[in-house]
Amino acid sequence: MVAWKIGGEQGEGIDSTGDVLSTVLSRMGYFVYGYKLFSSRIKGGHTTYKVRIASRPVEAATEVSDILVALNQETINQHAFELNGGLLLADSAFHPVMPDRVSATLVTLPLTQIAKTHGSVVMRNMVSVGASVALLNLSPDPFLDYVEAKFSRKGASIVTANQEAVMDGYNRVRDEYAGISQLTLGRPVTGDRLVLTGNDALALGAIAGGCRLMCGYPITPATDIMEALSKWLPLVGGTVVQMEDELASMSACIGAGYAGVRAMTATSGPGFSLMQEGLGLAGMAEIPVVVVDTQRSGPSTGMPTKQEQSDLMAMINGGHGDGPRVVLAPSSLEESFEDGWQAFNVADQLQTPVVIATDLSLALWSQSIDRDKLDGPRVAIERGPLVSADELGQRGQEVFHRYAITNDGISPRTLPGTINGQYLATGVEHQPSGKVSEDPTNRARMMEKRLAKLALIHSLRQSIKWEGPQNPDLVLLAIGSTVGAIREAQSVLLGEGHSVAISWLRTLSPFPIEEFTKRVAGAGHVLVVEQNATAQLAQLMRAQGVWDAHRFDSLLKYDGVQFFPSEIVDGAHPFLATYAEVQ
Amino acid sequence: MATLQDFKTSEKSWWCPGCGDFGVLAAMQKALVAVGAEPSTTAIVAGIGCSGKLGNYINSYNIHVTHGRTLPAAMGIKLANRDLLVLAAGGDGDAYAIGMGHFMHALRRNVNVTYIVMDNHVYGLTKGQASPTSESGFQTKTTPNGSIDRPVHPLMLAVSGGATFVAQGFSSWQPQLARLIQQGIEHPGFALINVISPCVTYNKVNTYDWYKKTLVNLDDDSTYDAHTRSTALARLDATEELVTGLIYQEESVPYEDQVPGFRNTALVNQDWQVDDKTWNTIMASLE
Repeated sequence: MVAWKIGGEQGEGIDSTGDVLSTVLSRMGYFVYGYKLFSSRIKGGHTTYKVRIASRPVEAATEVSDILVALNQETINQHAFELNGGLLLADSAFHPVMPDRVSATLVTLPLTQIAKTHGSVVMRNMVSVGASVALLNLSPDPFLDYVEAKFSRKGASIVTANQEAVMDGYNRVRDEYAGISQLTLGRPVTGDRLVLTGNDALALGAIAGGCRLMCGYPITPATDIMEALSKWLPLVGGTVVQMEDELASMSACIGAGYAGVRAMTATSGPGFSLMQEGLGLAGMAEIPVVVVDTQRSGPSTGMPTKQEQSDLMAMINGGHGDGPRVVLAPSSLEESFEDGWQAFNVADQLQTPVVIATDLSLALWSQSIDRDKLDGPRVAIERGPLVSADELGQRGQEVFHRYAITNDGISPRTLPGTINGQYLATGVEHQPSGKVSEDPTNRARMMEKRLAKLALIHSLRQSIKWEGPQNPDLVLLAIGSTVGAIREAQSVLLGEGHSVAISWLRTLSPFPIEEFTKRVAGAGHVLVVEQNATAQLAQLMRAQGVWDAHRFDSLLKYDGVQFFPSEIVDGAHPFLATYAEVQ
Repeated sequence: MATLQDFKTSEKSWWCPGCGDFGVLAAMQKALVAVGAEPSTTAIVAGIGCSGKLGNYINSYNIHVTHGRTLPAAMGIKLANRDLLVLAAGGDGDAYAIGMGHFMHALRRNVNVTYIVMDNHVYGLTKGQASPTSESGFQTKTTPNGSIDRPVHPLMLAVSGGATFVAQGFSSWQPQLARLIQQGIEHPGFALINVISPCVTYNKVNTYDWYKKTLVNLDDDSTYDAHTRSTALARLDATEELVTGLIYQEESVPYEDQVPGFRNTALVNQDWQVDDKTWNTIMASLE
């Protein structure tokens, strides 16, 4: 496992350097995990891009770096401490100064000057790639092939200039710093993989699951979903509509859901707050709709480009009244894809709004994924109970009872256009026919019906996941992107000889009480790891009556930086130590 | 062919006796019959307020949404199933206060939806407060010394905001109102029909008699040109919008006819299973 990082000014080609490296390394058979430090501005400001590279899957961040490519002194000042004896590749243009107490080997090259000799300062990214490839002790050939494919449309001279820039960076390290790097990546693993973000995977899932309308309002870190669907939906006859705000986005999706089309919106905290009134309507009128909340640091504008998992209460209980809804929580690319399509099935089958709880790190950071895990054409589209005009004719009812009381709480619905299936869908309390009513008996029955049907979610999908020993001393429990970090922490702890399992929730609401209680019964201790200041996941467990104060503890982080596995290892040690003493 | 009776429900009205909304409902039903609509292929979106109860009294697919959000919901329905005839209805508060943002954007988006605003210059269901169309000086429980705010001029806003069809009717003048709604439905794009619908309980200023004396009927003016924006704006300004008839209409191609990749078959009736060829194209864009 190697951690490579590049830093400089935002808008200086940092992203393209990281993207090229990740893409080609993935094609070579390595697993990558790429993540960034960026700010809410278009140009300027300090930014970094870090790529972890390994011959096994990587899905967490790390606080250490093996290679740091510095395009300015600020990068050195802020990040050189991560280099525990690693390599610092710096552009000689800014006369790099190594701070005291930093242990690293300095490699200086005139990156900017070399780029200029190949035509433009812009090509510094290719020079940096070439130099990095040399420091990684890899062959430059796959990178040259990539450059050729990428720039072939722009003409042979562009291809040649970029290839020469890569080779110049590569050769300068090999010639001037021969033998300086002992880094090895290990044996690549053959496979057909792509490098995707959680947002990409979720959008792919939505397309596969029959979503044909996306109405949204741009917001970090959800916008990529809207942009991806803007490209893809026209290919399947659908469309994206950029609305005037999140109130409109939500309302448009409700209109489409009422009319029988699978519609979604994607937002983050501030937009999600505005969508609460619509979630209430969709719950009350039993209209399928899918909402993605890619959580970021809140409250209010908070830190728009930083990680957090602090919308759990808003997703589960937000808005006025006892609003019925389902909240799903993906934790990986595979699960983002799966929830991307399954949310639409669940929404149709349960006739209720479905919220997909992701977070900034899962949404934006790129990871390797096997292509065969994304089999869109083989996804099953389940519509839930619909009534046709023929069936209505056979029933001979004068008025269709859209909200008929049934055993499981799900009432078959008609879609507009169905003859004699007309009804009123309303946010006002209503009778089985849809007519408004304030009758106490009816009110109670309708509330019970709308809430009771939610439990069916647990028969539609597995709501708790588990990896590791069945009755461990310690379970690390998390959601979203934190699952990648607890998995890596688990492997460290297992290596130390501890008995540790990991578990994560796939469905946050309704909470899988029985499944959860059964799962953790044999565990010594449960450490709930989450990224918010008020322990929202723990609060949820307390409210559901599954929190055992003697065995459960919280590990929280709310500084905007995603969990490092090492922090979880440190957080787990005290509990494991207690265990060792007891035993 | 559906008849007037087909568009009625057995529900007893909650509106006050004499409310202008009865006239709006009747004219809508007449217009639906006149255009040959069927209850099963008509979808009506209503907002919150007295006007929002409309869906209880008209037999069609009805959805009663949150306050002010009729227009985005109507857009969602129309894009989901373009074979449906989609109408939205709300009051002056729903349209021009809480829903004003959506109103302006519905105008420029031009989805084929007919929007009927039941405008009585007052908040009725909350029992008598000023509305955005209340005139300055209008006294209510929340404006005991008279409203200081200047009134919204929805028709001028619509014409200047990119509307392709703007009309105003009066609930008492049934033949004209039904005809305007029919024209709005037949217009291929977003159509606004603002309807003067007096509140007999909370508005003692803008009464039926006051409107009958004040409103100017554009149908009586053969020189009026409803196809020139500047003429429409000048007339609306000169009359303080106290006119009825077709105010402005222009050639229009609705939004749904301009969406790249959008097909003639309604989205709801398409096969949503993605085929291998399309999937491979999508996956290739991620390489």
